[in-house]
Amino acid sequence: MIQIRSISFAYSNLSPLFENFSLEISRGETWAILGPSGCGKTTLLYLLAGLRFPTVGSIEIDNERLARPRPHSGLILQDYGLLPWSTVRENVELGLRMRKFYGDDGTHAPVNFQPENSVTYWLERLGIDHVADKYPSQLSGGQRQRTAIARTLALEPDLLLMDEPFSSLDAVTREDLQNLTLSLCAEKQLTLVVVTHAIEEAVVLGKRILLLDGAPTHTAHVFENPTSGTDGHRESKGYQDLYNLLRREMQHETV
Amino acid sequence: MKQCDVLLAALALLIIWQITAMIVNLPILPQPFVVLLVFFRELRKDMLIHFAVSLWRVTAGMLLSVLIAAPAGLAIGGSKRLNRFFSPFIYLLYPIPKVVLVPVVILFLGIGDVAKIAILFLILFFQILVLVRDQASGLAPQLIQSLQSLGAGRRALFRFVYLPASLPAILTALRQSIGTAVAVLYITELSATKYGLGYYIYYKGSTLLDYPAMYAGVIAMSLLGLGMYFSVDWLERKWCKWKFVN
Repeated sequence: MIQIRSISFAYSNLSPLFENFSLEISRGETWAILGPSGCGKTTLLYLLAGLRFPTVGSIEIDNERLARPRPHSGLILQDYGLLPWSTVRENVELGLRMRKFYGDDGTHAPVNFQPENSVTYWLERLGIDHVADKYPSQLSGGQRQRTAIARTLALEPDLLLMDEPFSSLDAVTREDLQNLTLSLCAEKQLTLVVVTHAIEEAVVLGKRILLLDGAPTHTAHVFENPTSGTDGHRESKGYQDLYNLLRREMQHETV
Repeated sequence: MKQCDVLLAALALLIIWQITAMIVNLPILPQPFVVLLVFFRELRKDMLIHFAVSLWRVTAGMLLSVLIAAPAGLAIGGSKRLNRFFSPFIYLLYPIPKVVLVPVVILFLGIGDVAKIAILFLILFFQILVLVRDQASGLAPQLIQSLQSLGAGRRALFRFVYLPASLPAILTALRQSIGTAVAVLYITELSATKYGLGYYIYYKGSTLLDYPAMYAGVIAMSLLGLGMYFSVDWLERKWCKWKFVN
């Protein structure tokens, strides 16, 4: 589904984050991008979202070269993504309203888009229907993030990009939302790419984990994690072993 | 702030006025009930026209400045390049007390309503421009990016982010400048006009020496400022509900 072809990327006047880097992501896979801050993991996500562009090389999604945000991709950020002046319901409706605003032009909105589920469905599905008329400042961190997820899923994307989506939440809420994300991805057959600095989160969410270890990244360092998303994964030995392995790798890199 | 508290404060001010008037006991400070009687009497005569003229001038100045300054502020705040270009100009022009430009504006635009509205416009324009610009440029980049990822282009960002985000800034700018605007309105109405509350106050006080009528004019001018202040408050409660939820 996603082909990253020999890309290089650097912010102006800074040393490069990626050089001749390639990666392939298949439809329906769940990926975690793990790495210390400054390694370029958020940049990679923004490249996938079409908000930044490689200086060399190209990124193709569904065989189309990415030149702008793609209507079928959904991006969820750690925070600040909600409109503070809109209620939860209005925030969830926002993407749909913008599609109406542009009409079926194929660039800002897909052609012939007919949402399968209503906004009310998504409010209920994410368990935020009881706060539908509240403003973001009145919500807990978990409810805010649920709103952001509902807003993105209401547009029925096939690719979900998340940047540290749960890092400001408490442990229980985080686990809750991780499970919800995985079950929604399985149910709607979404491709998931999550950026995180937490090893635990990467091992919970990613069936495949891309470790970025110090810029510039040349080769994809990928760890397989086939049992992610299955019952009892968090308590399994496979989880522990991979956790320890990734920790050693990251420590090794920082030393 | 409760409404009854505001009423109580108004009553207290009237009592202080009454006591002061009784102590001073001079024609230049009539008692409030005398002034109020004259106020209602004058309302039925020509004061209403003066009030309407002043209201028209200040409203026209406000509307004009909002209509021009808000989009300009949005454009400058939303674009790094425009901001870099215009900021030094705004930096230099913003602190100039616009009221000193009254004679210049009159020289250029004559003595009619246009000059008076232009002066009000100059004062409000920079207040609104600066506040809206700062509001627009201070929006979290994450907010913009997450909307871009939902498909927002420049037009949708303007409609769904910049415009609603700048609304509180416009209202704040208006509230901050109403006092100055009414004060400057008074100054511009002192000369070259036969209408407006500024003219009315000056004429009654200095020419006719009708002090109760002069004070009635002062009350009318205060009500004008107060009414506009309340209107902005009302609009903010109506349009910016999210600011009052906590």
